[in-house]
Formats: sequence, C-alpha cells, structure tokens
Amino acid sequence: MTNASISALSARIGAVSTTEFRGDTRVIIGKEQLLDAMQLLKDDRGFDLLVDVTCVDYLNYRDAKNRFGLAYLLANTATNERLTVRVLLDEPHLSVPSMVPLWAGANWLEREVFDMFGIRFEGHPDLRRILMPEEFTAFPLRKDYPLQGRGERHNFQRIARAEA
Amino acid sequence: MAVTAAQQRALPENVVVTQLDALANWCRKNSLWPLPFATACCGIEFMATGASKYDIARFGAEAMRFSPRQADLMIVAGRVAMKMLPVLQRIWQQMHEPKWCISMGACASTGGVFDNYAVVQGIDRFIPVDIYIPGCPPRPEQVIQAVVDLQDKIQREGTIQGSEFDVASRQQKKRALQELPLYGRATFVPPQSPTVPTP
Repeated sequence: MTNASISALSARIGAVSTTEFRGDTRVIIGKEQLLDAMQLLKDDRGFDLLVDVTCVDYLNYRDAKNRFGLAYLLANTATNERLTVRVLLDEPHLSVPSMVPLWAGANWLEREVFDMFGIRFEGHPDLRRILMPEEFTAFPLRKDYPLQGRGERHNFQRIARAEA
Repeated sequence: MAVTAAQQRALPENVVVTQLDALANWCRKNSLWPLPFATACCGIEFMATGASKYDIARFGAEAMRFSPRQADLMIVAGRVAMKMLPVLQRIWQQMHEPKWCISMGACASTGGVFDNYAVVQGIDRFIPVDIYIPGCPPRPEQVIQAVVDLQDKIQREGTIQGSEFDVASRQQKKRALQELPLYGRATFVPPQSPTVPTP
C-alpha cells in the first residue's frame, strides 16, 4: 500500500529517499518538489487528511547535516494509510510553499511552526504568530534560544498598590 | 471625652458605640466577592472550595463574580503566561477600591515548576498581592485559611477611605491631622439654606 504511494511519487518527481521505523514510512523530499509531490499524494493517492505539520531543530545534533527538519504527517482516512513527508532546510533559506491551498487545516499548523521556528510558508494567507504575543521577536523552540528567555517575561510595567 | 455614668444610663440597651472604620471593615471582611482568575489546576481546587463540602459561604465569600467591576477580591489560581499578564493587569485595574488579591498556589506566587520563557515568575512582580497560598495545588482548607487571614488583615488595617493601600496618602493624612484643629478648619463656613432657620 505504502510502496504504491512511493512508486507513484518516484514516477512524478524522480527517485526519493525513504526510511522506515516500526512500520512508519518517511519520505524525504526537496522543497522545490514539495508542492508537486503533495498534490500527487492528495489527489491520486487519497491522503485527504493533514494530521500535523511540525519541525525539529537539529542544531548540535549528532551526525545531523541540516539545521531544520520539517515533518508533514499525512493520512488516508479511507485506507488508513499513513505517510510522513520530510523536508530538510538550512539557514538562510527557511521557506517552503504553504500547504493551505491543498489542506485548509494547514493554516494554524504552519502558523505554529512559523511562531516557534521562524520558518516562512510562501503563499500562506495569514502568516502571523499564533501562540506568542505579536510583539515577541524570537523563535523560542530553536535550540539556540535560552530556556528562560531573554528577559521578555520580566518586561512588563509594575502596578503598585497606590496606582490602581 | 469620658462617658459619664449619667450618659450611660441615657443610652438604650440596643445601641452600640464603635469607630466608623471598624464598622466598615466588619462589613467588608464578611462579604468578600471573589473574582476567580483561574488559569490552571488551582482553579479546580478553588471550585471545590466553593462547593458544598468545604463551602466558602461560611466565611461570606461565596458570591463569585466574573466581572471585575462587581468583585473586590481577586484570586489568581494557576500559572500566568506572559501573554496573559496584560489581561491580568487590565482586570486588576478595572476592579473598584477597596480590593484585595490572593495569589493561590506555587505557580501564581513564584512560577512554580514552569521556569521558562513564557511563564511569569510570580504575579507579585507586576500586581500587588495581599495573601500567598503555598501548595501545588493548595487544599481547600488552605484557601479558607487565606480568606480568614485576609479578613483579619482587613479588620486590623482597613480604613473607610481605603488609605491603607496608599503610603503617600497615609503620610498626608498624618500631616493633615497635625495641621488641622480638632474640629475642622477654623475658617470653614458651613453652607446655609435660606429655608432653614438658623439659631
């Protein structure tokens, strides 16, 4: 079932590298072919559900060659087939095409990845921060951001008893 | 002025003489209207405090108001994210005087285990707090003890003008008392109505 999806992908965009772990298949795709491949997976292979879009920062990770690894988790609700599509990114080219035209549910998922990792999704209709305050400047899930922040949480006005 | 024995006999039995501040404090402390600012699991424990088993109504604090304009006791129950803090401050400013604040649980008081970029490390860095409750989450008995402690504090320190909240105005009041004669300013002329006959 999954092999058929991978051979369909290979026929469209050329040979793709895959890995497998405990029955889950992952496909690594270049970001230039991402939109084409996703279109094929949705229209021809029936992946009608985008479960999640998330990202991993591989800074200082052993044997890692790329800084960021995007992960798109796809599911076919008719056949229960599942597939993970991965895109590896490096600074300064942190942008990929948005999946909102294919799955409307990608809207908030991509906003979260943008908020936490600073990866831009080209063609997203409303790419704003979703979790952090709008005036926040950093991307807090990057590994080079300190756990306790850079003082943002202390940067508020203090209201004394006599004032209010 | 000492009360003479003759004056004592003149008072009926059901008359009580007290201070105005003490009377106001007594009214205020026994009818605290809490605003539950519940953001996490402490809020669940606070609901138990309000429910029948622990019954905070025994201490006059059962009228939970979700509008800051109708409440005089803010109970911050749970962690406060830095995105939430401007909201908390706004709500605190919308409450009318006199008002008090209880910081319930480890997270509201210190940030608790959430020592990360998104969580405020104790609300007392940004708004005034009267009573802190330790615990994660505190037992309902602790919440009730905090309310009783706050009642004590109000009875001890409260004034009818609320000047106990304001160190500057307290000093001003002290100065004014020293400057003024006992029965008001000497130049003060009370307004007179022509329809009321003057002696």
